[in-house]
Amino acid sequence: MSLAASTISALRQRLASKEITPRDIVTDVAKAIEAQNATIGAYLSWDVEKALAEADKADLSQPLGGIPIGIKDNINVTGEPCTCGSKMLAENYKAPYDAGAITKLRGAGAVPFGRLNMDEFAMGSSTENSALGVTRNPRDLDRIPGGSSGGSAAAVAGNLAIATLGSDTGGSIRQPAAFCGCVGIKPTYGRVSRYGLVAFASSLDQIGPITKTVEDAAILLNHLCGKDLRDSTSLDVNVPDFTSGLGRDIKGLRVGLPKEYFISGIHAGVSARVNDAIKKLESLGAIPVEISLPHTDVGVSTYYIIAPAEASANLARFDGVRYGHRSSDAKDLMEHYMMSREEGFGPEVKRRILLGTYVLSSGYYDAYYIKAQRARTLIRQDFEKAFENVDVIVSPTSPAPAHKFGELKEDPLAAYLEDIFTIPVNLAGLPGISIPCGTAEEGGKQLPVGLQIIGRPLDEVTLLRVADAFEKA
Amino acid sequence: MPKYILTIGLEVHAQLTTRSKMFCGCPVEFGAEPNTLTCPTCLGLPGALPVLNEGAIEKTILTGMMLGCTTPPVVKWDRKNYFYPDMPKNYQITQFDLPLCLGGGVPLYDLAYPKDAQKTIANPGKVVKLTRIHLEEDVAKSTHHDKFTTIDFNRAGTPLMEIVSDPDIDSAEEAVAYLNSLRQILIYGGVSDADMEKGQMRADVNISVRPEGQKELGVKIELKNINSMSAIRRAIKAETERQIDVLEGRNPEKLVQSTRRWDDDAGVTTKMRDKEDSHDYRYFPDPDLIPLRTESLVTRIRPLVPELPHEKRARFESDYGCSAYDADVLASEKELAAYYEAAVAVNTQVPAKKLANWVINDLLGLLKDTEGGINACPVKPEALSELVAVVEAGKISNNQAKEVFAEMFANGGSASNIIKAKGFEQVSDTGALEAIVDQIIASNPEKVAEVKGGNEKAMNWFTGQAMKASQGKANPKIVTEIVRKKVLG
Ligand SMILES: [Zn+2]
Repeated sequence: MSLAASTISALRQRLASKEITPRDIVTDVAKAIEAQNATIGAYLSWDVEKALAEADKADLSQPLGGIPIGIKDNINVTGEPCTCGSKMLAENYKAPYDAGAITKLRGAGAVPFGRLNMDEFAMGSSTENSALGVTRNPRDLDRIPGGSSGGSAAAVAGNLAIATLGSDTGGSIRQPAAFCGCVGIKPTYGRVSRYGLVAFASSLDQIGPITKTVEDAAILLNHLCGKDLRDSTSLDVNVPDFTSGLGRDIKGLRVGLPKEYFISGIHAGVSARVNDAIKKLESLGAIPVEISLPHTDVGVSTYYIIAPAEASANLARFDGVRYGHRSSDAKDLMEHYMMSREEGFGPEVKRRILLGTYVLSSGYYDAYYIKAQRARTLIRQDFEKAFENVDVIVSPTSPAPAHKFGELKEDPLAAYLEDIFTIPVNLAGLPGISIPCGTAEEGGKQLPVGLQIIGRPLDEVTLLRVADAFEKA
Repeated sequence: MPKYILTIGLEVHAQLTTRSKMFCGCPVEFGAEPNTLTCPTCLGLPGALPVLNEGAIEKTILTGMMLGCTTPPVVKWDRKNYFYPDMPKNYQITQFDLPLCLGGGVPLYDLAYPKDAQKTIANPGKVVKLTRIHLEEDVAKSTHHDKFTTIDFNRAGTPLMEIVSDPDIDSAEEAVAYLNSLRQILIYGGVSDADMEKGQMRADVNISVRPEGQKELGVKIELKNINSMSAIRRAIKAETERQIDVLEGRNPEKLVQSTRRWDDDAGVTTKMRDKEDSHDYRYFPDPDLIPLRTESLVTRIRPLVPELPHEKRARFESDYGCSAYDADVLASEKELAAYYEAAVAVNTQVPAKKLANWVINDLLGLLKDTEGGINACPVKPEALSELVAVVEAGKISNNQAKEVFAEMFANGGSASNIIKAKGFEQVSDTGALEAIVDQIIASNPEKVAEVKGGNEKAMNWFTGQAMKASQGKANPKIVTEIVRKKVLG
């Protein structure tokens, strides 16, 4: 097995026994990228020399010493591009600083290596909204990898990376992980510093790992979480050992099944695999409990008010004044703004900026933004109530497996509905993980299906314990 | 011709004297190389986040306490959206509906009015009501060149307090008094240096005019670009006249709610934009900053409220017997007041009223031309107290005292040393003086007879002779007493 196809835990053992060096790993990952990226398109850029230099200096006594980690192209790493999949930042922006998550990873000895494709500014669920390249699903090259962290999931699934970082605003880690057959976790909001993550929707964004195993996800999480004084929303709470629940049984654990999530319209194959998964959890001693999350139906519309509202302000800074695309044809300041942004942003980004600007406009603010905030509270309360009776909640990650390129491109509304099970988790700020639970047949292909497990706030340990038990059974 | 009522409200921006910026750790400094005091946050780089500067919050709450405002239990920050190159994020982080301070007022004091208006103050002791005070970030500084504009982001993110008054000001003079009174309090609290000429304090003026008898306010016009205390008065006068001219048909323009720019050189206001062109700022809570509970801050800051200028003035009048004018002058600066009180405290036998006279009439006159003001005063409070004590004891004359004071101011030193060096010490040793007087009596029996005959002038003659004999060092009071005793028996 190539090193690139290996896991963090396996590589750490081989590094410890001096069987391999960090240079071997980076070299092997680089080889895999060079061989396959033309087909898969997971990476937008990668700097082998820089990674090798860092690998040679890696401190092997550190828990992630010498492990290269692929980075979604919206997380700042000093000296590297940070395009956010946009023409806006592709031309002239090089990050002058490390994101908080990168500082943590480096502190644990990891080597950030490579920039991964994504939907432009993380807006999308297919990576088709990237302005800079196509990313294919390694399980079926005719299909999308999911998104917005499509590059991060495709790199892991295609063995072009050991593990990667993604970001999740409405499902952007979990859904591509499900589509590509990987493990992807969105931690509790505030667990991982957002400093240096280019903001899409600040109250929803969260960085998390995409990995090959639950154990790797737990290991990476150990070195991503913790208070960052540069992010006011990062939580000043104890960071547990996220691997502490691994290998433990789940007997007597109560697993909630929201009746609103098991509805008609879900792909038959997905439905079957998720039901199998529930049976498997039951056979491991867990107790299924039907629960209700009554405000599930307003999740998507709530999200598509709050996220664009925040995005409309977050993306205002991309004006071509200090950095980013600057139109060469503008004759005055107003034209400079209009043309730079017109040329720099793609259609989905513009759509959401317009939507966000609209819902914040005077006269509409109360009807949309304030109402959405109220709905968000109701959704959060749904979960609070549910978690009085259950320890975790399970559902499909996505209602259907990965679709073919272009299938939903002309129908943004249908595309928005793809996130129906993942969005409420962001709105409530909860941790959620997607793990592979088999495949579903679609168009003659067997496509990965993801099982989503949702946990109580800050209870990633239980989440990972259930995911690990399921994965190993 | 109807009389007109003028209504003014002021929006004052004051830069806070914090060491670092509002949302990042960059230092706040004046005059550094352009764009050297910046970081990802104050440059609005992708992914950078704001973190509240607690010092700025404390200073704003302190300001609110000094001005009698209340601080809501929870405050928050909001984004104000508009595009301009001096605004790195193209939104400003400010406070929309839950500001740090609500209500309160600014008490005006007499000397805060323009000099020529101090005799005719319409509402002595008026307190101008405040609407609110909120905390926000300053923008960068744009410099317009011939064909391009440069931006210096050193200023971007400097903590800025916006103090909004009610439409509670009735004249240009009162507006000046308001600004001076406010400025004095800000400096008292050490929250802002509040120098308008340095841009540390900026004022936008909302002004409307209505005929007497009309209940509802006239059309509100906002004036911008007022850069000095004297310009405020000129701008309000000019705009008031313009509005009256429009109301009386001498000026064909219409009064519509709008923003106008003051041109101090030309002495006119010109239209910037109508209300219809005004921005929809699309305020919404900044999701990068969590709402702040203020209770513990308020408890912590309450004891830090200093004695305020008007409280000091009242105390100086009652405790030290200062006149209202003297108290005004002495309390005008916190440091001056502290100097005066230090001098009073040196020796309680020295009359505080006399010390006030010396500080106001002599010290301030010399300080006017000195760098550094009262803090750099070469005459220490102890020295002043000693000097006044000597004068009060009649040991030196007033003119001599002025000379001693000038010497102390020029070269420092204690009063007694200078008096000695100048040989000003009056001879009060009654033994020595009695000997002198005895000698004069013995050699001038005819003068003794004159005195005994009731000639007061002859009495003065004795004193004069004694002074002469002592080469001016005799204490005239004591000499007179001795003469009276010896001649009249
Ligand atoms: Zn800064």
